Amino acid sequence: MTATMNPNPSRIQVRPATERDGRRDYISIRDYGFWYGQKQALEGISLDIPERQVVAFIGPSGCGKSTLLRNLNRMNDLVDGIRHVGDITIKGRSIYDPGLEVISLRRRVGMVFQKSNPFPKSIYENVVFALRVMGVRDRSILDEACETSLRKAALWDEVKDRLQDSALGLSGGQMQRLCIARAIANRPEILLMDEPCSALDPIATGKIEELIHELKEQFTIVIVTHSMQQAARVSDRTAFFYLGKQIEYDTTEKIFMNPSQAQTEAYISGRFG
Amino acid sequence: MSSPSSDSSTPRGEAWVWFTGLGLIVGLGMVIGLLALVVLNGISVFWAPPVPVVQVDDGRTIIGQLAQRRIRPGSLASAPRYELQFQVGLRELNGNSYLWVDEAKLKGEVFPADILGLERVENGPAFLRPLTLKRADGQEVPVTSPAFSESFQQEVAAAGATREKLVELTRHRIGDVNSEMEAARIALRRAEDRGQADEVAEQRKLIATLEARFADLRTEAQGVAQRGEVAKLLGRDAAGREVTVPLSQIVRGWFPNQLDTWGRVRLFFSRLHEFIFDEPREANTEGGLMPAIFGTLVMTVFMSLLVTPFGVITAIYLREYAQQGPILRIVRISVNNLAGVPSIVFGVFGLGFFVYVLGGSIDQLFFSDQLKYNNNTPVFGTGGLLWCSLTLALMTLPVVIVATEEALAAVPRGMREASLAAGASKWQTIREILLPASAPGILTGVILAMARGAGEVAPLMLVGVVKLAPTLPVDAVAPFLHLDRKFMHLGFHVYDLGFQSPDSDAARPMVFATTLLLIILVVCLNLGAIWVRNRLRARFKGASF
Repeated sequence: MTATMNPNPSRIQVRPATERDGRRDYISIRDYGFWYGQKQALEGISLDIPERQVVAFIGPSGCGKSTLLRNLNRMNDLVDGIRHVGDITIKGRSIYDPGLEVISLRRRVGMVFQKSNPFPKSIYENVVFALRVMGVRDRSILDEACETSLRKAALWDEVKDRLQDSALGLSGGQMQRLCIARAIANRPEILLMDEPCSALDPIATGKIEELIHELKEQFTIVIVTHSMQQAARVSDRTAFFYLGKQIEYDTTEKIFMNPSQAQTEAYISGRFG
Repeated sequence: MSSPSSDSSTPRGEAWVWFTGLGLIVGLGMVIGLLALVVLNGISVFWAPPVPVVQVDDGRTIIGQLAQRRIRPGSLASAPRYELQFQVGLRELNGNSYLWVDEAKLKGEVFPADILGLERVENGPAFLRPLTLKRADGQEVPVTSPAFSESFQQEVAAAGATREKLVELTRHRIGDVNSEMEAARIALRRAEDRGQADEVAEQRKLIATLEARFADLRTEAQGVAQRGEVAKLLGRDAAGREVTVPLSQIVRGWFPNQLDTWGRVRLFFSRLHEFIFDEPREANTEGGLMPAIFGTLVMTVFMSLLVTPFGVITAIYLREYAQQGPILRIVRISVNNLAGVPSIVFGVFGLGFFVYVLGGSIDQLFFSDQLKYNNNTPVFGTGGLLWCSLTLALMTLPVVIVATEEALAAVPRGMREASLAAGASKWQTIREILLPASAPGILTGVILAMARGAGEVAPLMLVGVVKLAPTLPVDAVAPFLHLDRKFMHLGFHVYDLGFQSPDSDAARPMVFATTLLLIILVVCLNLGAIWVRNRLRARFKGASF
């Protein structure tokens, strides 16, 4: 049965299910719908993301996975004419709570973008940017945060001698790891990654995937990816979206080995999308 | 597929390359032509060519420097007749410094070595044949003496030193006494008005002391001037009339037909130095332009300092905070149209609003004593540096706003998002990320604003530029930068020389020299700003991803 549904199982390695159960739900999305002006981008999304796990959003272009990700830290607020129904809660508190400032939400929810986007500042200033805007002045705290974040992002050894050099002199893969270091410098609880490897070569991609494994120990990670292999390699749970609807959300093993929806199976096996 | 021969010379879609190229050539040609005209005419003012003695058919003899050659008005284009203009100087004798002579009527010209050219404090230059030098110590040196040239230059230098001493005495020391007296008179009137008898007596005493000092200084100045009158140069003009020129009148003397090339070069740079670093004389048609250069520079820099923050803040609001919609579109169109309003309109607005309303209010609020006890003499309620700078800042505001908006819009979206996602507020994002990244673009706007502001004349005539300002807007007297003072400006200087000068022939070369200087000044200001911009660009090198 599995073999017929997944014609090429050896192509995709699936992480074995470990420690997946028994964790409380951390991010909870309920009956969520979202519009850009008149155009509905998301419809009827309901999913729970457990603490310290990696959840992958997959689906063809325009399916709404990035939109959902960018709503988790309300980055879509920058767009005019948006509207939503339903609710998203983090640790039980709605992110649309009028008493919750967007800035404090974004300090708890870090984000890494598809294109690496370092600031035209030094490597050091890039990493400590989030701390600086929080008002941290203490040099020792900043130094420590810089080193810790760069170590976690597996970049420390490569840049420790040139922290004051411009970040724009780094290679593409280094820049993306710098952006990860920047996103985790102020110790957020959740890390959102919007196709973080799409502009990188396989070696840099491998490094970042390894990084995701390690970061999982401390952060809850939501990753949007176009690469099925990547979703299978790094995530514990996977959600498949199509045309703004959530088709299937389950453990990664189940989604890739034995999806319950025909559309999911068709997408994963490469028959469309 | 057409055959290769039919379309080999003009590929489809490239037919207009020559036309666009032609546009560039015409534009470049006009710019280069203008620059060449200004540079050639401007530079030649300082060059001293040999001076001939010219015999004319009608019996006249002329000593003069050739100024220009042109086709006689009314002569046929097929058989043009030329006429020559000579600068003969000695305006007090000849009535005019310049003479036109029909070229066909010239009988001959010679270049005698003893012709002496003089630049004088009054009545313009002079060309004559010297006879005797009467030195300050009473000795007389005839022109035939080998020591004549050396003694003459010594006496000219001594006369120059005396003139400087007189300027120091009259302008600075007597000027200081005058301004103190002015303040004391105001204090006296105020004290009288308020019935403070002690204060009245004290101020009267002070005024008496100042008057005594004034009289002393005046006597001293007169003494210096009289001693300077002793030395004289006697000579003959072209017609053989005797001419006596006091040495105190002579700024510079040279023998145009004896100078070698090196001597002419030295004279050239001596005149250039005077032009840039000295003050004007003879209704601005001679001497230097230092006050005007300085005024232009201070005004332009001050204008840039005003317009940059103002424009940047406005652009930040328009681009980052304001609700995008039809109202904002109308505001944008209005801002852009502001750039097309004739500059004189800004001048009228500056006079009506800045000078009369704002300046008048400032005077009422802070200088009411001055108004009341000094015959209603306004301080800020009249044209001045501040109002000129503000008027031009207003005029150049659209340029800075548009440039800043474009620069902000050109910052990559990713950088903005990264900053916001890191928990920065909008203002932190603007301050930390957007402004540094758009600084080169903002500076481009400031460069354009400076270029436009530095060359603008019309509005300045209404709000504070004058033909001759007794003081500079920046000096050693507190508060050092005098925003209320009127000042001189190169652009206005060009207008004044070209159209308001009593002796337009004498002013003509100065118009070119001043124009050249104005162009150089604007280019230098722009190069400075471009240098800053390139340094900023280097800091953000590779930021375009």
